[in-house]
Amino acid sequence: MAIKIENLDYIYMPGSPFEKKALDNINLQIDDGEFVGLIGHTGSGKSTLVQHLNGLLKPHSGNVIINGYSTDTKGEELKRLRCDVGLVFQYPEHQLFEETVYKDIAFGPQNLGLSKEEIDVRVRDAARCVGLPEDVLDKSPFDLSGGQKRRVAIAGVISMRPNVLVLDEPTAGLDPAGREAILSQIKSIYDEGNMTVILVSHSMEDVARLVKRLIVMNEGKVFADGTVEEVFSRGAELRNIGLNVPQVNILFDELVSRGMDINSNVYTVEAAKRELLAYFEKVKEGKENA
Amino acid sequence: MLKAEKLFYSYDNGEKKIEAVLDNLNLNIKKGEFVAVLGHNGCGKSTLAKHFNGLLTPLGGNVYVSGINTKDEDKIWEIRRQVGMVFQNPDNQIVANVVEEDVAFAPENLGIPSAEIRQRVDEALKTVDMYHYRKHAPHLLSGGQKQRVAIAGAIAMRPECIVMDEPTAMLDPMGRAEVMETILKLKARENMTVVLITHYMDEAAQADRVIVMDDGHIVIDDVPRKVFSQVELLKSLGLDVPQVTELAYELNSSGIEIDYDVLTVTECADKIMDYVRSVKSGN
Repeated sequence: MAIKIENLDYIYMPGSPFEKKALDNINLQIDDGEFVGLIGHTGSGKSTLVQHLNGLLKPHSGNVIINGYSTDTKGEELKRLRCDVGLVFQYPEHQLFEETVYKDIAFGPQNLGLSKEEIDVRVRDAARCVGLPEDVLDKSPFDLSGGQKRRVAIAGVISMRPNVLVLDEPTAGLDPAGREAILSQIKSIYDEGNMTVILVSHSMEDVARLVKRLIVMNEGKVFADGTVEEVFSRGAELRNIGLNVPQVNILFDELVSRGMDINSNVYTVEAAKRELLAYFEKVKEGKENA
Repeated sequence: MLKAEKLFYSYDNGEKKIEAVLDNLNLNIKKGEFVAVLGHNGCGKSTLAKHFNGLLTPLGGNVYVSGINTKDEDKIWEIRRQVGMVFQNPDNQIVANVVEEDVAFAPENLGIPSAEIRQRVDEALKTVDMYHYRKHAPHLLSGGQKQRVAIAGAIAMRPECIVMDEPTAMLDPMGRAEVMETILKLKARENMTVVLITHYMDEAAQADRVIVMDDGHIVIDDVPRKVFSQVELLKSLGLDVPQVTELAYELNSSGIEIDYDVLTVTECADKIMDYVRSVKSGN
């Protein structure tokens, strides 16, 4: 079992007038090799939760257990934890600092005290993983486009070879083509099969196409946890807690309310098209038979 | 109100001259218009925005703000007063420790008497619906709230026009909705000219006019309905269309006789219901 969270509570600024319970009795289990979407609006607690996964924050009560050991630890064990769980923050390109892309990706493995050869293998492998061409490795990271900078930053985490990769809003601020490119890259990293991937987002549209399991956070609690279909079937509730349900999902709700006999559990344009074409076919047949 | 004539601009990074970022661009934006500017990263839209208040001046051609040429250095402060800017990252635009002081920053620099500043700040904060937060510390606000404070800071200058460069890019859906609501209110109540650069097609769909840029040129300039019905062209430019437009377009390509110049869920549902009725009645 990769991640086990038991009765987790976390409070910001306890004892001050700004005291806020950010996480409230969270219980979750995420198994090895899962691809999970973690969704919720700003302030729902999702970033606080992921910071618990590699011990950046420690529970005020309850436990977070990664690969069998608790995150409430120090020294060597904490170091191992940080290697096991790779966290890619929002706007990770702001953390680039080295002279070349190569050096930036190599920074983490270097701190692990690996041999030059091993570091080289890891850097090239991580670059390939995120789709960076070899010739970029010698460039300054600051001469790259926004989308490419972000890939470099993600490669820097992947080069640590984590078991669990957590990405906090990896598509924020990118244009539609850039969003698409990063998401399909994340999918292919997952498909290589070595990592549990947790994708944090407030865009349902982005994650719905990728992940199998969705966890929805609201006001510090787990609001929903299930397959994409199960979660989306609660469309109206999701809208109430400030999430943007895909537009086609709203359209299908509208069509159903206008009396169309269709399955409203639809959240991609493709699925919507299939469902409607089948419905139109049925209407035509019904007419011929009449 | 804003006018670009044969505008040319290119960045010189010291070593090599890179190609034109804006190339012979012509554009005229009228007073009170709400114009959305779309285009993939690097198409020149932010460079264009920076020309509208003289942060950049043209290397070729001219830009006029209410008839004043932005190259006229003596009038630069008048131009900056007329055109307020709001940028992507709210944290980079806030200068003070209290919301109302932040909003007062610009009018103070204009040397306006303090009684009037008080009035302007209150008005601006009420317009963006942040008056209750006037004594709060900006860093404890949500992203959407911070962006509304930034907008209040711009409108406290009493500008004729606001240019916003991806103001919602870093916000969650609620924050985005708050900012869009504020924009529509400014337009309706103050007849403010608004230029909104965005990657979100649903925001652009609410504008009066949509400009699509590619490679330093304007490739489409029309009302949203006409722009978004060009699904293939937009996709080839690396842009999206609203999901309902795409769905109607896809159905149409599959031989379903359905118009795809739809922008909203209601319009799309209407078209689908019309189609179903026409099939049932056998036309």
